[in-house]
Amino acid sequence: MFVKIEPRPEPSRVMKYCSPLIAALLMLISGLIIFTLLGKDPMQAFFAFFIEPVHDLYSVGELFIKAAPLMLIGTGLAIGFRANIWNIGAEGQMALGAIFGGYIAIIFHGSSSHFVLPLMILCGAAGGMLWAAIPALLKTVFNANEILVSLMLNYVALLLLELLVHGPLRDPNGYGFPQSVLFSDSAMLPILIKGTRLHLGVLISIIGVGIGWVFLEKSFTGYQLQVAGLAQKAATYAGFDYKKLIWIGMLAGGLAAGIAGVLEIAGPIGQLLPSISPGYGYAAIIVAFVGRLHPGGIFLSSLLMALLYLGGESGQMNLDLPSAVTGIFQGLLLFYLLAADFLIYFRLRITRRQRKEG
Amino acid sequence: MNTTPRLELQGMTKIYPSVIANDSIDLRIYPGEIHAVLGENGAGKSTLMKAIYGVVKPDRGRILWNGKPVVIQNPAHARKLGIGMVFQHFSLFETLTVTENIALAMDDSPRLEPLAERIRTVSADYGLPLDPERLVHSLSVGLRQRVEILRCLLQEPKLLIMDEPTSVLTPQAVRTMFDTLRRLAAEGCSILYISHKLDEIMELCHNATIIRGGRVTGYAKPAEESAAGLARMMIGKELPVCSQKRPQISGKTSLTVNNLSTKSADPFGTDLREISFSVSEGEIVGMAGISGNGQQELLYCLSGERLVDDENVITMYDVPVGRLNPDQRRNLGLGFVPEERLGRGAVPGMSLTENTILTAHRHGMVKNGLLRFRRAAEFTRRCITGFSVKCGSIEDPITSLSGGNMQKYITGREILQQPKLLIVSQPTWGVDIGAANVIRQAMIDLRNNGSAVLVVSEELDELFEICDRLIVIAQGRVSPSLQVRETNKEEVGLWMSGMFPGGPKEKTAHSPQEPGSHVC
Amino acid sequence: MDFAIFLKILVAAVAAGTPFVYAALGELVTEKSGVLNLGVEGMMLVGAITGFIAMAKTGSLLLAVACGMAAGALMAAIFGVLTLTLMANQVASGLALTIFGVGLSAFLGLNYTSIALPGIAKLHIPLLSDIPVLGKLLFSYDILVYGSLALFFLVSWFLYKTRAGLILRGIGEAPKSAHALGYNVIGIRYLAVLFGGAMAGLGGVYLSVAYTPVWVQGMVAGRGWVSLALVVFATWRPLRVLFGAYLFGAITIAQFHIQGLGIDIPSQLLSMLPYLATIIVLVIISRDLTAIRLNSPASLGITYHPENQ
Repeated sequence: MFVKIEPRPEPSRVMKYCSPLIAALLMLISGLIIFTLLGKDPMQAFFAFFIEPVHDLYSVGELFIKAAPLMLIGTGLAIGFRANIWNIGAEGQMALGAIFGGYIAIIFHGSSSHFVLPLMILCGAAGGMLWAAIPALLKTVFNANEILVSLMLNYVALLLLELLVHGPLRDPNGYGFPQSVLFSDSAMLPILIKGTRLHLGVLISIIGVGIGWVFLEKSFTGYQLQVAGLAQKAATYAGFDYKKLIWIGMLAGGLAAGIAGVLEIAGPIGQLLPSISPGYGYAAIIVAFVGRLHPGGIFLSSLLMALLYLGGESGQMNLDLPSAVTGIFQGLLLFYLLAADFLIYFRLRITRRQRKEG
Repeated sequence: MNTTPRLELQGMTKIYPSVIANDSIDLRIYPGEIHAVLGENGAGKSTLMKAIYGVVKPDRGRILWNGKPVVIQNPAHARKLGIGMVFQHFSLFETLTVTENIALAMDDSPRLEPLAERIRTVSADYGLPLDPERLVHSLSVGLRQRVEILRCLLQEPKLLIMDEPTSVLTPQAVRTMFDTLRRLAAEGCSILYISHKLDEIMELCHNATIIRGGRVTGYAKPAEESAAGLARMMIGKELPVCSQKRPQISGKTSLTVNNLSTKSADPFGTDLREISFSVSEGEIVGMAGISGNGQQELLYCLSGERLVDDENVITMYDVPVGRLNPDQRRNLGLGFVPEERLGRGAVPGMSLTENTILTAHRHGMVKNGLLRFRRAAEFTRRCITGFSVKCGSIEDPITSLSGGNMQKYITGREILQQPKLLIVSQPTWGVDIGAANVIRQAMIDLRNNGSAVLVVSEELDELFEICDRLIVIAQGRVSPSLQVRETNKEEVGLWMSGMFPGGPKEKTAHSPQEPGSHVC
Repeated sequence: MDFAIFLKILVAAVAAGTPFVYAALGELVTEKSGVLNLGVEGMMLVGAITGFIAMAKTGSLLLAVACGMAAGALMAAIFGVLTLTLMANQVASGLALTIFGVGLSAFLGLNYTSIALPGIAKLHIPLLSDIPVLGKLLFSYDILVYGSLALFFLVSWFLYKTRAGLILRGIGEAPKSAHALGYNVIGIRYLAVLFGGAMAGLGGVYLSVAYTPVWVQGMVAGRGWVSLALVVFATWRPLRVLFGAYLFGAITIAQFHIQGLGIDIPSQLLSMLPYLATIIVLVIISRDLTAIRLNSPASLGITYHPENQ
């Protein structure tokens, strides 16, 4: 018996949906192996990592809190990724959103106006878009690679945030700690369900995913982005303005990341800190891919990714598992997905007859 | 001939997931023989040749080389045996020099300096002079083919495979190449000559193996057959012809190009120089020329995929369109079928319906920025019935279509939008004869309904069949136009090498013999 | 600024530029074969921690270098399997490699965060090192710096003077043609990818064992990405990679010297310098489309399907 790999005549639609599931399963198996290698009881570790974080309502709320920025940014990035516009700068764009939004919260500190929060979100969105506009501009005018530019800007943005909370935006009564004042209630997202920390930002994120879905799946612009991603020459042939699509693709990611930045500081964090994200901007890239660049899939994969974050914390608390394991899981998940995608285009066939040399 | 065949194929079979490319093919070629493998596009000729050259592994069958069975592992092995191949789509490296290109095909790691010297002498000896230091991207298509041929000749092959070699040559250059091939054969080299052009095969080849749908349908001595007879063996029926009913229509000038000069965006491309011509309603104008003489660049300018600096240089119905993008030009009535189907004319990874939206979206398929898939589906259905596109369903991926069906679909999509001006590039490249006929007929019908049609093609036969007027492009310059009924292939062939009034080689040209050829 | 300080800066720039030399030359070879591996940062990190652990455990520089290179190559092998065998998108796979490398290196380095290594000794070449100025400028480095120079000569010679280099360039330019001539495109690309990984790993080892001999999580700090930008900046030419690497080395250390001069600028602003410089350099180089096209491998980043040729 021989296993023969052969190209499918047509890409498999079934495998398109199955390969993220296969990837998640393989990641789980690898997880159990890693736990065992670390000398932990695999079942106990599995429970701590994947079940504990979702065992009651409060924990489920935490899951959605973690998933919210991931799904929002993932959707925004998917808009660009569909057109092969690789915005890797969400982490920095998120920081800029937080800086802009946080600045509003700080200057309106003590105000009880209902406009503070919307203004924060608006400014945060503007901040994220501003940061995303830099690679878009350099790409459209100078042809500079957007991957490298947006990535370099992550480092710059994080340093900028650090600089600001050490200096101008530092709480003057904070004993010199690098952090801003705690935001007033008017600058904080209201809690949706009592007994949880589930805040309005989660709902906003889900709505964002919904808007992304309509845009990507139903709109003409979404179609144009898809064409540009699959065959750029076809987009030019049709007369779609590629520069415009670059701007849309980059700004969509910046918008989503900027808002996510505000939702983080106005939600779970409640002030500006030198670091406001445990790598959500990078994790969202994985979320977008595992979700097949489709908002529905992104919603689901953001929950999975959130579970990895929570599992890392829970494993650390309960079993003394290093939380760095989360990063390994994230990478493995994407590896497995990319590998499993092979089955969309190829199939394995078991043949009995030996291949004759011809 | 009663010697051992140089090469014998027995029951060669190659199966791809969706198609049997070769089905038990037998073939025999003797030393000094020029042997044609004749078949239409998609018949499986190229796959068979790649199997002989070791690029493709056959699933079944035997190869006998000088009477002994061999399993050809890879091209290096084939070359060691004495088999050389000139590819249809050249296997050259653009940013490397001629010498480096040839060195890459030699298996004995030659030093570059002595190799360059050998290239100089051998190429001169065969009447195919080449400068070994030139970078390949700076060579014309004809010269590039020369590199390919020379690459084989330097290995002193016993069997030379030539895959559709004449598509890049003018009729005159074809003759020169035939002389070289005859000389090689006289020296004892066997030549496998792959083509779908009947007249060439009748002129050059001693024997022919005819293939249809992956199977051998006959063996023949081409010199003793009629073209019609060979064609019947090749396609299994009479050669279809287009309806020749062509009412005289005098209409407005649809497209005018007035003194267009551009620098190519691609550093390896051709610059356009002072191009002027026009196309009117009710006529098909053909543009002849060897590929790589500026057709690509010109078409990019005409379609709007590349904008020109002065908008007045290109006009459609007196509207300057030089600064309009393809979408805006389509709104003015332009239809365009590019020569690259998958990846430019159609989007791989999308269904037929989704591909319809690509250019036909302006016909009610977008409302308030949202797509109306039902409209697109309706249009797609009309397209596949109207142009007999064979497909499973309109939701099938476009990649499931064969080359001929994809071309029918794209042409249909453009024609169903009732363009006032249709531009088609290489309408029947790699397309089977049945589909080619549908496409040619559709262009004629469009003309008869009063639209203007511009066809760019490398196939002179095709242009002479469907066009009213011809223009020729050579080295980025376009010739004056010729009425098809008043010219012949000989003259157009000369013009293709640049020898036309105002052409790049005008001064070195003998003036065309016939003063009768009408210059518009 | 007096000459002694200037000389000191130059010498420091060479040292600071060395990780770029290794990583960027490795990536250059990978890209010349037509493969774009964006995972340099991840490979450097894993190389850095592996080399660090080996050095901490055994004290053997040779072993540290070997382990770091092996780790980098192993990372690259994952990338190779994904993109060459399984034909996955190179951009996505490279990002995955970096994300994985960040996680893996953090994990491996958990127990090594408080250890300081002795560093490695500068070579003292009798006579040569004692020449004033020149001796300081040319003969005052550790062995890994000279190793990177040797690598530069090796890569230049290999790419432009050997047949194997010609084949590699040919494959990057036109994989289909190379395949038609009988070259094993996938196999040769694997070798190029593994070489790139090993060199990135070595660049990482230099950072964690020689340049700043402590392990800090994420200590590569974007140098892998800068190396990628350097390859573009150099328009795929080894000599310009070398020049660019030292330029960036100079920018990296400039922040310390500016502070040393007593100019009062927040340290974060100075830390931004290399990243901003990278962006500026990219902008300047990328404008010239013709230069890019003439020098970049034509098949760069495009998945090669041996079946559909």
